[in-house]
Amino acid sequence: MALLTATKVGHHFDGLCAVADFNLELHYGDLMGVIGPNGAGKTTVFNLITGVYRATEGSICFKGTELVGKKPNQIAALHIGRTFQNIRLFRDLSVLDNVRIAHHAQINYTPLEGLLHLGRYRREEQRVIDNSRLLLAIFKLEHLAGETAKNLPYGLQRRLEIARALAISPELLLLDEPAAGMNPNEIDQLMDLIQWIRQEFKLTILLIEHQMKLVMGICERIKVLDFGVTLAEGPPKMIQNHPKVLEAYLGEIPDV
Amino acid sequence: MSQGVVYWLQQTLNALQLGSIYALIALGYTMVYGILIMINFAHGDVFMIGAFFCFLLSGMLGLTFVPTLLLTMLGTALLGVVIERLAYKPLRQAPRVSAIITALGVGLFLENFTLALSPYPKHIPMLLENVTWNLHGISLSSIQVVIISLSLGLMLLLDYIVHRTRIGMAMRAISWDKTFVPLMGIPVDLIISVTFAIGAGLAGAAGTMYALAYPVIDPYMGIMVGWKAFICAVVGGIGNIRGAMVGAFILGGVEIMVVAFFPSTYRDFVAFTLLILLIIIRPYGILGKPRIQKV
Amino acid sequence: MIVMLREQWDLLLEKPWLVPVLLVIGFGLAFVIPEYNLLSVYVQLILMYVGINIILAVSLNLVNGFMGEFSLAHAGFMAVGAYTSVLLTMKVLPMSDFPLLFPCAVFAGGLVAAFLGMIVAIPSFKVRGDYLAIITLAFLMIVKSMIENIDFIGGPRGISGIMKFTTLPWVFFWTVALVWMIRNFIYSKYGRGVLSIREDEIASDLMSVNTKQVKLFAFMLSSFCAGIAGALFAHLLQFISPRIFDITKSTDILIMVYLGGIASIGGSILGATLFTVLLELLRPSTMAALLSWLPSLIFDPLNEHFISHLGVWRMVIMPLALILVMLYCPRGMMGLREFRGFIPRRDREAHHYINPQEKDPHGAIDRH
Repeated sequence: MALLTATKVGHHFDGLCAVADFNLELHYGDLMGVIGPNGAGKTTVFNLITGVYRATEGSICFKGTELVGKKPNQIAALHIGRTFQNIRLFRDLSVLDNVRIAHHAQINYTPLEGLLHLGRYRREEQRVIDNSRLLLAIFKLEHLAGETAKNLPYGLQRRLEIARALAISPELLLLDEPAAGMNPNEIDQLMDLIQWIRQEFKLTILLIEHQMKLVMGICERIKVLDFGVTLAEGPPKMIQNHPKVLEAYLGEIPDV
Repeated sequence: MSQGVVYWLQQTLNALQLGSIYALIALGYTMVYGILIMINFAHGDVFMIGAFFCFLLSGMLGLTFVPTLLLTMLGTALLGVVIERLAYKPLRQAPRVSAIITALGVGLFLENFTLALSPYPKHIPMLLENVTWNLHGISLSSIQVVIISLSLGLMLLLDYIVHRTRIGMAMRAISWDKTFVPLMGIPVDLIISVTFAIGAGLAGAAGTMYALAYPVIDPYMGIMVGWKAFICAVVGGIGNIRGAMVGAFILGGVEIMVVAFFPSTYRDFVAFTLLILLIIIRPYGILGKPRIQKV
Repeated sequence: MIVMLREQWDLLLEKPWLVPVLLVIGFGLAFVIPEYNLLSVYVQLILMYVGINIILAVSLNLVNGFMGEFSLAHAGFMAVGAYTSVLLTMKVLPMSDFPLLFPCAVFAGGLVAAFLGMIVAIPSFKVRGDYLAIITLAFLMIVKSMIENIDFIGGPRGISGIMKFTTLPWVFFWTVALVWMIRNFIYSKYGRGVLSIREDEIASDLMSVNTKQVKLFAFMLSSFCAGIAGALFAHLLQFISPRIFDITKSTDILIMVYLGGIASIGGSILGATLFTVLLELLRPSTMAALLSWLPSLIFDPLNEHFISHLGVWRMVIMPLALILVMLYCPRGMMGLREFRGFIPRRDREAHHYINPQEKDPHGAIDRH
């Protein structure tokens, strides 16, 4: 069974069509890239999967559960994690808290237990702290646990965002332009990181990216979007030479 | 004309009068919010100061209506600018709530300062001679005419300034994006001060109208009227000038109609319930647009 | 020497028996002071008002400071708690036979207020910021109007002759209990959810926080506390009327919160205490009593020109002081910071980095 199946998904904003006839099949362990010019609808697809928007047409099925119509926090609780194009950390909160918060749906105690700090509270809180510190350690952020998120340098903020997304214990991870603002050296490290976490956490990864080095370097399959429509889908070699893709990026080649 | 129609028209007149006063105050709230995204909670008290200026000028100095009105508007406009420069400008980079709380503080200061100087409610002598006409059973007073026509005139003037002049264009530009506007040569500080001046001046006019219609004033009169005018601005869509006017006349209409049909103690209850319903139905106000957040 | 003292002090603060001991001492004092009139009746009254205001400020801070909303409804919840408890103690419960039913009446006031808090929370799911502020304002006005229109509970005249059931021990108990619960809430998953909503509601949703549920709980807890404060207030002032619970009351509580510091329990305690005490201190009678030890030569002119005029002018000084504080500390005196004692040890230790050797000098990710 496929992990995620999107069938004929479409979305309109007040008459403007953002995404049309979007189809996707992700299997366990896939590493797929989504590329396309700006405004192509890539982030919209992420927003549709994670429930920020409700698709006006089509269905998105995750492990047998229909996602369309679910609230974002319900979808996150189903173990789908994501990062954002423009970093959306909880800026005035500590690094540790940023990661702890993502555990919300996995923490089990009632409000009453929370009010009185009784019962399962201690055990669950300790579990969350341990898990969070573990994640921070993996990302070499443990020494910054008490630091306020907004004080971190850009690169570390991006790392923290990925760490936070992993706190959801995701099976599917959506990365939105993880390499934005990075220099070639950092991109290399990011490529290693993505492949490492995919293996270590047994993830299926869907990523949006403009940096072709990264996309062509690690993605097994690539989907190309433009104006909300899928232009092509296939392995990197095929995409690189696909006429429609070239046309979308470089413009129409005039007949000479 | 039938009794029913006469009654309705009469109430409509009353609603227009009340709505006009609310509108003049609501405009100040909405204009300031439009450019600074700040709720100027001292605004209702500027209205109150306007009424007191009226008392000073007319009651103590004996000026006639027109000079009183003009000087009051000038006085409140000046007050508005002073408040802005001293209390709000330093907080432009601070979190929004700080400015709001400072505004509350300014309002409290104005109320209690006036109270300290004038512990007892004051009575303003007649600013204008009140002539009543009877048209087909509808009683029309000259004061009503003055209030409604002057207010509408001021609102039209404001609408013209905002939509047809360069200053107005600058004001609208700042309300859309404050960061880059200075790069286009627009003196942001000046425009902000002008906005406050206009808003406060209108509140001063409202104070004068109020004094015309209800000649007893006290330092706490601005509180309820201020909060109600704020609600008008929000119901109409905060930041939207035409919305503020719409909201104000709606509230005026609702209040008058409620008193016409229910016991007067229910006035606030029904009015506020209707307002909550309105906001729930149209969460961003009647003419308002949500600020879209990109995810 | 100083270092040694500081170390001893820090060690003392870490002792687990510190808080229970302080509580016992506090309780003891709360009983003993009224019993033997160790402090004047006036000072005891002030202490009780301070306690009530602390409850109000800390609970409002939960919604306005920690969650980043702007609720103006707090006085409305206070009113509901006050009227509910008064109705119970005056009309329903056999208080003369069982005076210990008072906490039940107070608790009931809190419950009814919490129920209303639930209702106010519903619009907060869809609406934020200034629009929610309006809804809370309208809610306050509606509550006030409703009370004015129900003759059975006194209407605009209010209810007088309420029995003075509120005592220093009760205020101490409720203040400690409620502040403790709010602090627990904040350092639980729900409290962290509240903070994340303030920071970025959409991201919070996407990180699995059930924002609806969290908002609901926060509003209910906040209004529950306000209801309790209202009940205590009613049985202290011995008179309640709709006019007491109007926008001015909400504004007062707002000032306590923002003065003390948003998102800070210690800040709210500070703000509430300062606000209550300073306002009392600046009364002519209090000021005169405090300075009465001065020799007549200094005191008399001071009294004539300054103190006797304080009556009206203290309400002018207070907002000026508020404005000054806002200009210099926009987030309040303790904005976003907290006394160490309020933070649970587990949290403090989790945030504290322990091993310096593991510091990563390159900031890069190593291969594993």
